[in-house]
Amino acid sequence: MPKTITELEEIARKCRVEIVKMVHRAQAGHPGGSLSEIDLLAALYATRMRVRSDEPDWPDRDRFILSKGHASPGMYAILAEMGFISHEDLKSYRILGGVCQGHVDMKWCPGVDFSAGSLGMGLSFGMGCASAARLDKSDRRAFVMIGDGEMQEGSVWEAAMAAAHHELGNLKVILDRNRIQNDDFCEEQMRMFDIPAKWKAFGWNVKEIDGHNMNEIMEGLDFLEAPENCNGPSILIAHTIKGGGISYMENNPSFHGAAPNDEQFHQAMIELGEVEA
Amino acid sequence: MTRMAATRDGYGQALLDLADNEKVVVLEADLGKSTKSLHFRKAYPDRTISCGIGEQNMLLVGAGLAASGYIPFASTFAIFTERAFEQMRNGVARPNLAVHLCGSHGGTHTGTDGSSAQSIEDLAVFRTLPNVVVMHPCDDVSTRSLTMQLPDLGKPSYMRTARNKTPVLYDGREDEIQIGKGIVLREGEDVAIIACGVLVSESLKAADALAKEGINAAVVDMHTLKPIDGELIDSLVAQCGALVTAEDHNVIGGLGSAVAEHIVANSFAPLEMVGVPDRFGESGQADEMLEVMGISAPYIANAAKEAIARK
Ligand SMILES: Cc1ncc(C[n+]2csc(CCOP(=O)(O)OP(=O)(O)O)c2C)c(N)n1
Ligand SMILES: [Mg+2]
Repeated sequence: MPKTITELEEIARKCRVEIVKMVHRAQAGHPGGSLSEIDLLAALYATRMRVRSDEPDWPDRDRFILSKGHASPGMYAILAEMGFISHEDLKSYRILGGVCQGHVDMKWCPGVDFSAGSLGMGLSFGMGCASAARLDKSDRRAFVMIGDGEMQEGSVWEAAMAAAHHELGNLKVILDRNRIQNDDFCEEQMRMFDIPAKWKAFGWNVKEIDGHNMNEIMEGLDFLEAPENCNGPSILIAHTIKGGGISYMENNPSFHGAAPNDEQFHQAMIELGEVEA
Repeated sequence: MTRMAATRDGYGQALLDLADNEKVVVLEADLGKSTKSLHFRKAYPDRTISCGIGEQNMLLVGAGLAASGYIPFASTFAIFTERAFEQMRNGVARPNLAVHLCGSHGGTHTGTDGSSAQSIEDLAVFRTLPNVVVMHPCDDVSTRSLTMQLPDLGKPSYMRTARNKTPVLYDGREDEIQIGKGIVLREGEDVAIIACGVLVSESLKAADALAKEGINAAVVDMHTLKPIDGELIDSLVAQCGALVTAEDHNVIGGLGSAVAEHIVANSFAPLEMVGVPDRFGESGQADEMLEVMGISAPYIANAAKEAIARK
Protein backbone atom coordinates (compact mmCIF):
# COMPACT_ATOMS: atom_id res chain seq x y z
CA MET A 1 0.00 0.00 0.00
CA PRO A 2 2.81 2.53 0.52
CA LYS A 3 2.74 5.15 -2.17
CA THR A 4 5.13 7.96 -2.93
CA ILE A 5 3.93 11.52 -2.99
CA THR A 6 4.48 11.58 -6.76
CA GLU A 7 2.35 8.48 -7.19
CA LEU A 8 -0.46 10.00 -5.12
CA GLU A 9 -0.29 13.20 -7.13
CA GLU A 10 -0.61 11.19 -10.31
CA ILE A 11 -3.67 9.34 -8.99
CA ALA A 12 -5.26 12.68 -8.15
CA ARG A 13 -4.40 14.06 -11.59
CA LYS A 14 -6.04 11.10 -13.30
CA CYS A 15 -9.12 11.56 -11.09
CA ARG A 16 -9.29 15.24 -12.06
CA VAL A 17 -9.37 14.23 -15.71
CA GLU A 18 -12.27 11.85 -15.03
CA ILE A 19 -14.15 14.45 -12.99
CA VAL A 20 -14.02 16.98 -15.80
CA LYS A 21 -14.95 14.33 -18.36
CA MET A 22 -17.95 13.24 -16.31
CA VAL A 23 -19.49 16.66 -15.86
CA HIS A 24 -18.68 17.64 -19.45
CA ARG A 25 -20.32 14.51 -20.83
CA ALA A 26 -23.40 14.97 -18.64
CA GLN A 27 -23.45 18.75 -19.15
CA ALA A 28 -24.47 18.88 -15.52
CA GLY A 29 -23.09 18.10 -12.10
CA HIS A 30 -20.71 19.50 -9.55
CA PRO A 31 -17.10 19.97 -10.62
CA GLY A 32 -16.06 22.59 -8.04
CA GLY A 33 -16.42 20.52 -4.89
CA SER A 34 -15.17 17.40 -6.66
CA LEU A 35 -11.91 19.06 -7.61
CA SER A 36 -11.38 20.57 -4.16
CA GLU A 37 -11.80 17.23 -2.39
CA ILE A 38 -9.92 15.00 -4.80
CA ASP A 39 -6.37 15.20 -3.41
CA LEU A 40 -7.77 14.24 -0.01
CA LEU A 41 -9.81 11.36 -1.42
CA ALA A 42 -6.88 10.08 -3.42
CA ALA A 43 -4.58 9.97 -0.39
CA LEU A 44 -7.27 8.55 1.88
CA TYR A 45 -8.23 5.71 -0.44
CA ALA A 46 -4.76 4.92 -1.72
CA THR A 47 -3.05 4.83 1.68
CA ARG A 48 -5.53 4.49 4.57
CA MET A 49 -8.88 2.96 3.81
CA ARG A 50 -9.11 -0.69 4.81
CA VAL A 51 -11.46 -1.81 2.09
CA ARG A 52 -11.68 -4.59 -0.50
CA SER A 53 -12.63 -3.61 -4.02
CA ASP A 54 -13.48 -7.24 -4.82
CA GLU A 55 -15.69 -7.43 -1.73
CA PRO A 56 -17.20 -3.95 -1.40
CA ASP A 57 -19.68 -5.09 1.26
CA TRP A 58 -17.01 -6.69 3.49
CA PRO A 59 -18.62 -6.07 6.89
CA ASP A 60 -15.43 -5.09 8.68
CA ARG A 61 -14.33 -2.48 6.14
CA ASP A 62 -13.62 1.13 7.03
CA ARG A 63 -16.53 3.32 6.02
CA PHE A 64 -16.26 6.45 3.92
CA ILE A 65 -19.21 8.78 3.85
CA LEU A 66 -19.27 11.56 1.31
CA SER A 67 -21.72 13.73 3.18
CA LYS A 68 -21.43 16.44 0.52
CA GLY A 69 -22.94 13.91 -1.84
CA HIS A 70 -23.21 16.30 -4.78
CA ALA A 71 -19.41 16.08 -5.17
CA SER A 72 -19.96 12.57 -6.49
CA PRO A 73 -17.72 12.78 -9.57
CA GLY A 74 -14.74 12.95 -7.22
CA MET A 75 -15.89 9.85 -5.38
CA TYR A 76 -16.70 7.92 -8.56
CA ALA A 77 -13.29 8.79 -9.99
CA ILE A 78 -11.42 7.41 -6.98
CA LEU A 79 -13.69 4.35 -6.79
CA ALA A 80 -12.81 3.62 -10.41
CA GLU A 81 -9.13 4.18 -9.69
CA MET A 82 -9.35 1.72 -6.78
CA GLY A 83 -11.21 -0.87 -8.85
CA PHE A 84 -14.64 -0.73 -7.18
CA ILE A 85 -16.23 0.26 -10.46
CA SER A 86 -14.86 0.35 -14.00
CA HIS A 87 -13.80 3.40 -15.93
CA GLU A 88 -16.61 2.53 -18.32
CA ASP A 89 -19.07 2.92 -15.42
CA LEU A 90 -18.03 6.54 -15.12
CA LYS A 91 -19.82 7.17 -18.39
CA SER A 92 -23.10 6.40 -16.64
CA TYR A 93 -22.88 9.54 -14.52
CA ARG A 94 -26.37 11.08 -14.44
CA ILE A 95 -27.60 8.65 -17.12
CA LEU A 96 -30.84 6.74 -16.62
CA GLY A 97 -30.08 3.43 -14.93
CA GLY A 98 -26.45 4.40 -14.31
CA VAL A 99 -24.26 3.15 -11.48
CA CYS A 100 -23.10 6.74 -11.10
CA GLN A 101 -26.24 8.54 -9.96
CA GLY A 102 -26.24 12.33 -9.70
CA HIS A 103 -25.61 12.10 -5.97
CA VAL A 104 -23.70 9.17 -4.41
CA ASP A 105 -26.10 6.35 -3.66
CA MET A 106 -25.32 3.15 -1.73
CA LYS A 107 -28.10 1.28 -3.53
CA TRP A 108 -26.60 1.95 -6.94
CA CYS A 109 -22.83 2.08 -6.65
CA PRO A 110 -20.43 -0.46 -5.08
CA GLY A 111 -18.10 1.17 -2.57
CA VAL A 112 -20.56 3.90 -1.64
CA ASP A 113 -21.46 3.59 2.03
CA PHE A 114 -24.20 6.21 2.31
CA SER A 115 -26.90 7.63 0.05
CA ALA A 116 -26.20 11.33 0.33
CA GLY A 117 -27.38 14.45 -1.45
CA SER A 118 -29.19 16.12 1.40
CA LEU A 119 -26.56 18.10 3.29
CA GLY A 120 -25.94 17.68 6.98
CA MET A 121 -26.80 14.00 7.23
CA GLY A 122 -23.51 12.18 6.77
CA LEU A 123 -21.93 12.95 10.10
CA SER A 124 -24.84 11.47 12.03
CA PHE A 125 -24.73 8.41 9.81
CA GLY A 126 -20.97 8.17 10.39
CA MET A 127 -21.58 8.29 14.12
CA GLY A 128 -23.93 5.35 13.69
CA CYS A 129 -21.27 3.41 11.80
CA ALA A 130 -18.66 4.26 14.44
CA SER A 131 -21.02 3.22 17.24
CA ALA A 132 -21.68 -0.09 15.48
CA ALA A 133 -17.94 -0.71 15.17
CA ARG A 134 -17.59 -0.10 18.91
CA LEU A 135 -20.46 -2.49 19.68
CA ASP A 136 -18.84 -5.08 17.38
CA LYS A 137 -15.50 -4.58 19.18
CA SER A 138 -14.03 -3.92 15.74
CA ASP A 139 -11.19 -1.52 15.00
CA ARG A 140 -12.78 -0.31 11.76
CA ARG A 141 -13.19 3.43 11.33
CA ALA A 142 -15.75 5.79 9.84
CA PHE A 143 -14.38 8.66 7.75
CA VAL A 144 -16.79 11.44 6.85
CA MET A 145 -16.16 14.21 4.34
CA ILE A 146 -18.23 17.35 4.91
CA GLY A 147 -18.41 20.68 3.08
CA ASP A 148 -17.98 24.09 4.65
CA GLY A 149 -21.38 25.27 3.44
CA GLU A 150 -22.79 22.03 4.73
CA MET A 151 -21.47 22.92 8.17
CA GLN A 152 -24.26 25.50 8.40
CA GLU A 153 -26.82 22.73 8.86
CA GLY A 154 -27.75 22.47 12.53
CA SER A 155 -27.75 18.68 12.39
CA VAL A 156 -23.97 18.72 11.83
CA TRP A 157 -23.59 20.20 15.28
CA GLU A 158 -26.01 17.76 16.87
CA ALA A 159 -23.77 14.99 15.59
CA ALA A 160 -20.58 16.82 16.56
CA MET A 161 -21.77 17.20 20.13
CA ALA A 162 -22.99 13.63 20.38
CA ALA A 163 -19.83 12.06 18.92
CA ALA A 164 -17.64 13.91 21.39
CA HIS A 165 -19.96 13.02 24.26
CA HIS A 166 -19.61 9.36 23.34
CA GLU A 167 -15.86 9.69 22.79
CA LEU A 168 -16.02 8.05 19.38
CA GLY A 169 -12.33 7.87 18.60
CA ASN A 170 -13.06 5.86 15.47
CA LEU A 171 -14.99 8.73 13.87
CA LYS A 172 -12.84 10.94 11.63
CA VAL A 173 -14.03 13.95 9.69
CA ILE A 174 -12.38 15.76 6.82
CA LEU A 175 -13.71 19.24 6.17
CA ASP A 176 -13.33 20.49 2.62
CA ARG A 177 -12.83 24.15 3.46
CA ASN A 178 -13.09 25.63 -0.03
CA ARG A 179 -14.87 28.82 1.08
CA ILE A 180 -17.64 28.55 -1.50
CA GLN A 181 -21.13 27.07 -1.34
CA ASN A 182 -24.02 27.04 -3.86
CA ASP A 183 -24.95 30.66 -4.46
CA ASP A 184 -21.78 32.42 -3.44
CA PHE A 185 -18.76 32.57 -1.12
CA CYS A 186 -19.50 31.32 2.41
CA GLU A 187 -18.43 34.72 3.69
CA GLU A 188 -21.42 36.26 1.86
CA GLN A 189 -23.97 33.55 2.62
CA MET A 190 -23.23 32.75 6.25
CA ARG A 191 -20.06 33.63 8.09
CA MET A 192 -18.75 30.85 10.26
CA PHE A 193 -16.10 32.77 12.18
CA ASP A 194 -13.47 30.65 13.93
CA ILE A 195 -14.08 27.16 12.58
CA PRO A 196 -11.21 25.35 14.38
CA ALA A 197 -12.28 26.97 17.66
CA LYS A 198 -15.85 25.79 17.13
CA TRP A 199 -14.80 22.15 16.72
CA LYS A 200 -12.39 22.38 19.63
CA ALA A 201 -15.16 23.79 21.78
CA PHE A 202 -17.29 20.80 20.81
CA GLY A 203 -14.59 18.49 22.16
CA TRP A 204 -12.88 17.40 18.93
CA ASN A 205 -9.20 16.93 18.07
CA VAL A 206 -8.48 19.47 15.35
CA LYS A 207 -5.73 19.93 12.78
CA GLU A 208 -5.51 22.30 9.82
CA ILE A 209 -3.71 21.51 6.58
CA ASP A 210 -3.38 22.62 2.98
CA GLY A 211 -5.73 20.19 1.25
CA HIS A 212 -3.82 20.29 -2.03
CA ASN A 213 -0.36 19.60 -0.62
CA MET A 214 0.19 15.82 -0.58
CA ASN A 215 2.84 15.98 2.15
CA GLU A 216 0.52 17.92 4.41
CA ILE A 217 -2.40 15.64 3.56
CA MET A 218 -0.35 12.61 4.62
CA GLU A 219 0.56 14.35 7.89
CA GLY A 220 -3.11 15.19 8.37
CA LEU A 221 -4.16 11.58 7.86
CA ASP A 222 -1.42 10.50 10.29
CA PHE A 223 -2.96 12.90 12.78
CA LEU A 224 -6.42 11.35 12.34
CA GLU A 225 -5.00 7.87 12.90
CA ALA A 226 -2.59 8.70 15.73
CA PRO A 227 -3.37 6.68 18.90
CA GLU A 228 -3.33 9.82 21.02
CA ASN A 229 -6.15 11.20 18.88
CA CYS A 230 -8.31 8.12 19.21
CA ASN A 231 -9.66 9.18 22.60
CA GLY A 232 -12.45 11.02 20.81
CA PRO A 233 -13.51 12.21 17.36
CA SER A 234 -11.03 14.11 15.20
CA ILE A 235 -11.38 16.55 12.36
CA LEU A 236 -8.96 17.55 9.64
CA ILE A 237 -9.72 21.03 8.37
CA ALA A 238 -8.36 20.99 4.83
CA HIS A 239 -7.96 24.39 3.22
CA THR A 240 -8.75 23.85 -0.41
CA ILE A 241 -9.57 25.70 -3.60
CA LYS A 242 -12.98 25.09 -5.10
CA GLY A 243 -12.39 23.98 -8.67
CA GLY A 244 -8.73 23.40 -7.77
CA GLY A 245 -6.57 22.39 -10.73
CA ILE A 246 -8.59 24.01 -13.51
CA SER A 247 -7.68 27.68 -13.77
CA TYR A 248 -11.06 29.10 -14.80
CA MET A 249 -12.95 27.05 -12.22
CA GLU A 250 -10.72 27.99 -9.30
CA ASN A 251 -12.48 30.13 -6.69
CA ASN A 252 -15.33 30.61 -9.11
CA PRO A 253 -18.75 30.05 -7.48
CA SER A 254 -20.40 29.51 -10.86
CA PHE A 255 -18.59 26.18 -11.21
CA HIS A 256 -20.18 24.80 -8.07
CA GLY A 257 -22.88 23.20 -10.17
CA ALA A 258 -22.13 23.88 -13.82
CA ALA A 259 -20.37 21.94 -16.54
CA PRO A 260 -17.65 23.25 -18.85
CA ASN A 261 -18.51 23.80 -22.51
CA ASP A 262 -16.47 22.13 -25.28
CA GLU A 263 -13.87 24.87 -25.44
CA GLN A 264 -13.47 24.97 -21.66
CA PHE A 265 -13.27 21.19 -21.62
CA HIS A 266 -10.43 21.25 -24.12
CA GLN A 267 -8.58 23.82 -22.05
CA ALA A 268 -9.02 21.70 -18.93
CA MET A 269 -7.51 18.69 -20.69
CA ILE A 270 -4.51 20.82 -21.65
CA GLU A 271 -4.09 22.09 -18.10
CA LEU A 272 -4.24 18.53 -16.78
CA GLY A 273 -1.61 17.40 -19.26
CA GLU A 274 -3.95 15.08 -21.12
CA VAL A 275 -3.57 16.77 -24.50
CA GLU A 276 -0.97 19.14 -25.95
CA ALA A 277 -1.78 22.80 -26.29
CA MET B 1 -44.54 28.12 -31.33
CA THR B 2 -45.65 27.73 -27.74
CA ARG B 3 -43.55 29.73 -25.34
CA MET B 4 -41.64 27.51 -22.90
CA ALA B 5 -40.79 28.60 -19.36
CA ALA B 6 -40.16 27.23 -15.89
CA THR B 7 -42.60 27.91 -13.08
CA ARG B 8 -39.73 28.93 -10.79
CA ASP B 9 -39.14 31.94 -13.07
CA GLY B 10 -42.73 33.05 -12.42
CA TYR B 11 -42.00 32.93 -8.69
CA GLY B 12 -38.86 35.04 -9.06
CA GLN B 13 -40.73 37.58 -11.14
CA ALA B 14 -43.61 37.78 -8.67
CA LEU B 15 -41.27 38.57 -5.79
CA LEU B 16 -39.99 41.55 -7.75
CA ASP B 17 -43.57 42.61 -8.53
CA LEU B 18 -44.43 42.43 -4.84
CA ALA B 19 -41.45 44.49 -3.73
CA ASP B 20 -43.47 47.72 -3.58
CA ASN B 21 -45.07 46.28 -0.48
CA GLU B 22 -42.43 47.14 2.08
CA LYS B 23 -43.57 44.36 4.38
CA VAL B 24 -42.47 41.74 1.88
CA VAL B 25 -39.21 40.06 2.89
CA VAL B 26 -37.36 37.20 1.25
CA LEU B 27 -35.60 34.36 3.05
CA GLU B 28 -33.01 32.17 1.38
CA ALA B 29 -31.16 28.98 2.24
CA ASP B 30 -28.31 29.06 -0.30
CA LEU B 31 -30.53 28.16 -3.23
CA GLY B 32 -31.68 31.59 -4.41
CA LYS B 33 -30.06 31.06 -7.80
CA SER B 34 -32.17 27.96 -8.22
CA THR B 35 -35.50 29.03 -6.71
CA LYS B 36 -35.12 32.43 -8.45
CA SER B 37 -35.37 34.58 -5.35
CA LEU B 38 -31.94 35.87 -6.38
CA HIS B 39 -33.52 38.64 -8.47
CA PHE B 40 -35.18 40.06 -5.36
CA ARG B 41 -31.97 39.67 -3.38
CA LYS B 42 -30.02 41.63 -5.97
CA ALA B 43 -32.58 44.45 -6.10
CA TYR B 44 -33.46 44.53 -2.38
CA PRO B 45 -30.54 43.16 -0.38
CA ASP B 46 -31.79 44.91 2.75
CA ARG B 47 -35.01 42.96 2.70
CA THR B 48 -33.39 39.61 1.97
CA ILE B 49 -32.22 37.41 4.81
CA SER B 50 -29.69 34.71 4.03
CA CYS B 51 -30.14 31.79 6.41
CA GLY B 52 -27.21 29.85 5.01
CA ILE B 53 -27.81 26.16 4.42
CA GLY B 54 -30.26 26.01 7.30
CA GLU B 55 -33.84 25.30 6.28
CA GLN B 56 -35.12 24.67 9.78
CA ASN B 57 -33.86 28.02 10.97
CA MET B 58 -35.30 29.72 7.90
CA LEU B 59 -38.84 28.56 8.53
CA LEU B 60 -38.92 29.83 12.09
CA VAL B 61 -37.19 33.11 11.24
CA GLY B 62 -40.10 33.43 8.83
CA ALA B 63 -42.56 32.72 11.62
CA GLY B 64 -41.01 35.42 13.80
CA LEU B 65 -41.17 37.91 10.96
CA ALA B 66 -44.78 37.03 10.21
CA ALA B 67 -45.69 37.46 13.87
CA SER B 68 -44.08 40.91 13.71
CA GLY B 69 -46.12 42.17 10.79
CA TYR B 70 -43.91 41.14 7.88
CA ILE B 71 -44.80 38.98 4.89
CA PRO B 72 -41.98 36.46 4.53
CA PHE B 73 -41.38 34.47 1.35
CA ALA B 74 -39.00 31.58 2.00
CA SER B 75 -37.75 29.19 -0.64
CA THR B 76 -35.50 26.21 -1.16
CA PHE B 77 -35.78 22.98 -3.15
CA ALA B 78 -39.11 21.23 -2.52
CA ILE B 79 -37.22 18.29 -1.04
CA PHE B 80 -35.41 20.44 1.54
CA THR B 81 -38.59 22.19 2.69
CA GLU B 82 -39.43 18.77 4.07
CA ARG B 83 -36.47 18.95 6.41
CA ALA B 84 -38.24 21.81 8.14
CA PHE B 85 -41.58 20.03 8.23
CA GLU B 86 -41.99 20.07 11.97
CA GLN B 87 -40.95 23.70 12.13
CA MET B 88 -43.66 24.38 9.57
CA ARG B 89 -46.13 22.32 11.57
CA ASN B 90 -45.55 23.61 15.06
CA GLY B 91 -44.03 27.03 14.44
CA VAL B 92 -45.91 28.20 11.38
CA ALA B 93 -49.15 26.28 10.73
CA ARG B 94 -50.25 25.80 14.32
CA PRO B 95 -50.12 29.51 15.21
CA ASN B 96 -51.41 30.24 11.66
CA LEU B 97 -48.58 32.59 10.76
CA ALA B 98 -48.55 33.68 7.14
CA VAL B 99 -45.17 32.39 6.04
CA HIS B 100 -45.09 31.61 2.33
CA LEU B 101 -42.89 28.67 1.54
CA CYS B 102 -41.90 27.83 -2.01
CA GLY B 103 -40.29 24.52 -2.90
CA SER B 104 -38.66 24.53 -6.32
CA HIS B 105 -37.32 21.58 -8.33
CA GLY B 106 -40.32 19.49 -7.29
CA GLY B 107 -41.03 16.02 -8.63
CA THR B 108 -39.09 13.49 -10.64
CA HIS B 109 -39.14 15.90 -13.59
CA THR B 110 -36.28 17.66 -11.83
CA GLY B 111 -34.06 15.14 -13.56
CA THR B 112 -30.47 14.03 -13.37
CA ASP B 113 -29.75 15.13 -9.79
CA GLY B 114 -31.48 11.87 -8.91
CA SER B 115 -33.66 10.57 -6.11
CA SER B 116 -32.25 12.68 -3.26
CA ALA B 117 -33.44 15.83 -5.04
CA GLN B 118 -36.74 14.58 -6.44
CA SER B 119 -39.46 15.35 -3.91
CA ILE B 120 -42.44 13.06 -4.43
CA GLU B 121 -44.12 13.66 -1.09
CA ASP B 122 -44.08 17.44 -0.47
CA LEU B 123 -47.66 18.05 -1.58
CA ALA B 124 -48.85 15.21 0.62
CA VAL B 125 -47.07 16.26 3.78
CA PHE B 126 -47.99 19.92 3.58
CA ARG B 127 -51.57 19.04 2.70
CA THR B 128 -51.88 17.39 6.12
CA LEU B 129 -51.23 20.65 7.95
CA PRO B 130 -54.27 22.63 9.09
CA ASN B 131 -54.33 26.27 7.88
CA VAL B 132 -51.81 25.67 5.08
CA VAL B 133 -52.81 26.41 1.48
CA VAL B 134 -51.05 24.08 -0.99
CA MET B 135 -50.43 24.97 -4.63
CA HIS B 136 -48.64 23.51 -7.61
CA PRO B 137 -49.08 25.69 -10.70
CA CYS B 138 -48.26 24.54 -14.24
CA ASP B 139 -46.73 27.57 -15.92
CA ASP B 140 -44.81 30.73 -15.15
CA VAL B 141 -47.81 33.02 -15.71
CA SER B 142 -50.05 31.25 -13.21
CA THR B 143 -47.17 30.88 -10.75
CA ARG B 144 -46.64 34.62 -10.88
CA SER B 145 -50.36 35.35 -10.45
CA LEU B 146 -50.79 32.97 -7.55
CA THR B 147 -47.67 34.24 -5.79
CA MET B 148 -48.88 37.80 -6.13
CA GLN B 149 -52.12 36.90 -4.34
CA LEU B 150 -50.31 35.53 -1.30
CA PRO B 151 -49.84 38.76 0.68
CA ASP B 152 -53.65 38.94 0.98
CA LEU B 153 -54.05 35.30 1.99
CA GLY B 154 -53.55 35.86 5.70
CA LYS B 155 -52.40 32.28 6.33
CA PRO B 156 -49.39 30.11 5.54
CA SER B 157 -48.87 28.54 2.16
CA TYR B 158 -46.73 26.00 0.37
CA MET B 159 -46.17 26.26 -3.36
CA ARG B 160 -44.26 23.72 -5.41
CA THR B 161 -42.54 24.97 -8.54
CA ALA B 162 -40.54 23.01 -11.10
CA ARG B 163 -37.01 23.25 -12.39
CA ASN B 164 -37.53 22.63 -16.09
CA LYS B 165 -39.39 24.45 -18.81
CA THR B 166 -42.89 23.45 -19.81
CA PRO B 167 -45.38 25.02 -22.26
CA VAL B 168 -46.87 28.35 -21.16
CA LEU B 169 -50.65 28.13 -21.11
CA TYR B 170 -51.86 31.40 -19.65
CA ASP B 171 -50.21 34.22 -21.58
CA GLY B 172 -52.71 37.09 -21.43
CA ARG B 173 -55.01 35.14 -19.09
CA GLU B 174 -53.50 36.26 -15.77
CA ASP B 175 -56.87 37.46 -14.45
CA GLU B 176 -58.44 34.00 -14.61
CA ILE B 177 -56.09 32.62 -12.02
CA GLN B 178 -57.34 32.57 -8.47
CA ILE B 179 -56.15 30.63 -5.44
CA GLY B 180 -58.58 27.77 -4.76
CA LYS B 181 -60.24 27.78 -8.19
CA GLY B 182 -59.38 25.08 -10.70
CA ILE B 183 -59.36 26.04 -14.37
CA VAL B 184 -61.04 24.10 -17.16
CA LEU B 185 -58.52 24.21 -19.99
CA ARG B 186 -60.47 21.97 -22.31
CA GLU B 187 -64.12 20.96 -22.33
CA GLY B 188 -65.15 17.31 -22.70
CA GLU B 189 -67.97 14.96 -21.76
CA ASP B 190 -66.47 11.46 -21.63
CA VAL B 191 -63.87 11.81 -18.91
CA ALA B 192 -62.25 14.63 -16.91
CA ILE B 193 -58.48 14.74 -16.41
CA ILE B 194 -57.56 16.75 -13.35
CA ALA B 195 -53.86 17.60 -13.26
CA CYS B 196 -51.32 19.84 -11.61
CA GLY B 197 -47.85 21.12 -12.38
CA VAL B 198 -45.83 19.65 -15.20
CA LEU B 199 -48.51 17.05 -15.91
CA VAL B 200 -51.06 19.65 -17.02
CA SER B 201 -49.47 19.98 -20.45
CA GLU B 202 -49.05 16.19 -20.57
CA SER B 203 -52.77 15.88 -19.89
CA LEU B 204 -53.56 18.24 -22.77
CA LYS B 205 -51.43 16.00 -25.00
CA ALA B 206 -53.33 12.97 -23.71
CA ALA B 207 -56.63 14.69 -24.49
CA ASP B 208 -55.44 15.37 -28.05
CA ALA B 209 -54.59 11.69 -28.48
CA LEU B 210 -57.93 10.62 -27.01
CA ALA B 211 -59.79 12.98 -29.36
CA LYS B 212 -58.29 11.09 -32.30
CA GLU B 213 -59.99 7.99 -30.95
CA GLY B 214 -63.28 9.80 -30.57
CA ILE B 215 -63.01 10.32 -26.81
CA ASN B 216 -63.73 13.81 -25.52
CA ALA B 217 -61.69 14.47 -22.41
CA ALA B 218 -61.99 17.58 -20.30
CA VAL B 219 -58.72 18.85 -18.85
CA VAL B 220 -58.52 20.80 -15.61
CA ASP B 221 -55.56 22.61 -14.10
CA MET B 222 -56.02 22.06 -10.36
CA HIS B 223 -53.23 24.42 -9.31
CA THR B 224 -54.56 24.59 -5.75
CA LEU B 225 -54.63 21.22 -3.99
CA LYS B 226 -55.80 22.64 -0.71
CA PRO B 227 -58.43 23.88 -0.36
CA ILE B 228 -59.50 21.68 -3.26
CA ASP B 229 -62.13 23.11 -5.62
CA GLY B 230 -64.93 20.74 -4.66
CA GLU B 231 -67.59 22.56 -6.63
CA LEU B 232 -65.63 22.08 -9.83
CA ILE B 233 -65.05 18.40 -9.06
CA ASP B 234 -68.79 17.91 -8.49
CA SER B 235 -69.59 19.49 -11.83
CA LEU B 236 -66.96 17.32 -13.59
CA VAL B 237 -68.47 14.22 -12.03
CA ALA B 238 -71.92 15.28 -13.22
CA GLN B 239 -70.71 16.13 -16.69
CA CYS B 240 -68.23 13.32 -17.40
CA GLY B 241 -68.96 10.55 -14.91
CA ALA B 242 -65.31 9.42 -14.86
CA LEU B 243 -62.16 11.07 -13.53
CA VAL B 244 -58.40 10.82 -13.88
CA THR B 245 -55.85 12.64 -11.76
CA ALA B 246 -52.29 13.26 -12.96
CA GLU B 247 -49.37 14.46 -10.88
CA ASP B 248 -45.58 14.16 -10.73
CA HIS B 249 -45.84 13.10 -7.09
CA ASN B 250 -46.33 9.90 -5.17
CA VAL B 251 -49.73 8.51 -6.00
CA ILE B 252 -50.25 8.44 -2.23
CA GLY B 253 -51.34 11.67 -0.60
CA GLY B 254 -51.25 14.25 -3.38
CA LEU B 255 -53.77 15.52 -5.92
CA GLY B 256 -55.27 12.08 -6.51
CA SER B 257 -55.92 11.65 -2.82
CA ALA B 258 -57.38 15.14 -2.52
CA VAL B 259 -59.84 14.42 -5.32
CA ALA B 260 -60.63 10.97 -3.91
CA GLU B 261 -61.28 12.42 -0.46
CA HIS B 262 -63.75 14.80 -2.01
CA ILE B 263 -65.68 12.38 -4.20
CA VAL B 264 -66.11 9.63 -1.65
CA ALA B 265 -67.94 12.12 0.52
CA ASN B 266 -69.86 13.82 -2.29
CA SER B 267 -70.74 12.91 -5.86
CA PHE B 268 -69.15 9.59 -6.72
CA ALA B 269 -67.46 8.60 -10.01
CA PRO B 270 -64.75 6.09 -10.95
CA LEU B 271 -61.29 7.62 -10.52
CA GLU B 272 -57.94 6.52 -11.95
CA MET B 273 -54.88 8.07 -10.34
CA VAL B 274 -51.75 8.68 -12.39
CA GLY B 275 -48.78 9.38 -10.17
CA VAL B 276 -45.39 8.11 -9.08
CA PRO B 277 -46.05 4.46 -8.15
CA ASP B 278 -44.86 4.66 -4.53
CA ARG B 279 -41.15 4.41 -5.40
CA PHE B 280 -38.16 6.73 -5.32
CA GLY B 281 -36.79 8.30 -8.45
CA GLU B 282 -33.35 8.07 -10.04
CA SER B 283 -31.11 10.04 -12.34
CA GLY B 284 -32.54 10.66 -15.78
CA GLN B 285 -33.61 13.45 -18.09
CA ALA B 286 -36.92 15.14 -17.26
CA ASP B 287 -38.87 13.51 -20.09
CA GLU B 288 -37.27 10.12 -19.40
CA MET B 289 -38.42 10.35 -15.79
CA LEU B 290 -42.05 10.82 -16.81
CA GLU B 291 -41.74 7.61 -18.85
CA VAL B 292 -39.96 5.65 -16.12
CA MET B 293 -42.55 6.69 -13.57
CA GLY B 294 -45.41 5.93 -15.94
CA ILE B 295 -46.93 9.39 -15.77
CA SER B 296 -46.46 10.82 -19.30
CA ALA B 297 -49.27 11.57 -21.76
CA PRO B 298 -49.79 7.99 -23.04
CA TYR B 299 -50.20 6.72 -19.48
CA ILE B 300 -52.71 9.46 -18.76
CA ALA B 301 -54.65 8.57 -21.92
CA ASN B 302 -54.72 4.90 -20.91
CA ALA B 303 -55.95 5.79 -17.46
CA ALA B 304 -58.72 7.82 -19.05
CA LYS B 305 -59.90 4.80 -21.00
CA GLU B 306 -59.81 2.68 -17.88
CA ALA B 307 -61.87 5.23 -15.98
CA ILE B 308 -64.42 5.33 -18.80
CA ALA B 309 -64.60 1.53 -18.83
CA ARG B 310 -65.51 1.58 -15.15
CA LYS B 311 -68.47 3.92 -15.65
C1 LIG C 1 -30.21 20.06 3.05
C2 LIG C 1 -29.72 20.62 1.78
N1 LIG C 1 -29.98 21.92 1.48
C3 LIG C 1 -29.57 22.43 0.30
C4 LIG C 1 -28.91 21.66 -0.61
C5 LIG C 1 -28.53 22.21 -1.97
N2 LIG C 1 -27.07 22.33 -2.12
C6 LIG C 1 -26.37 21.39 -2.80
S1 LIG C 1 -24.73 21.68 -2.75
C7 LIG C 1 -24.94 23.10 -1.84
C8 LIG C 1 -23.76 23.89 -1.40
C9 LIG C 1 -22.82 23.05 -0.61
O1 LIG C 1 -21.69 23.75 -0.26
P1 LIG C 1 -20.48 23.02 0.45
O2 LIG C 1 -20.98 22.18 1.56
O3 LIG C 1 -19.49 24.06 0.78
O4 LIG C 1 -19.97 22.02 -0.69
P2 LIG C 1 -18.75 22.18 -1.71
O5 LIG C 1 -18.29 23.59 -1.68
O6 LIG C 1 -17.70 21.26 -1.22
O7 LIG C 1 -19.28 21.77 -3.05
C10 LIG C 1 -26.30 23.32 -1.60
C11 LIG C 1 -26.85 24.45 -0.86
C12 LIG C 1 -28.67 20.32 -0.26
N3 LIG C 1 -28.06 19.47 -1.12
N4 LIG C 1 -29.08 19.83 0.92
MG1 LIG D 1 -17.70 24.65 0.05
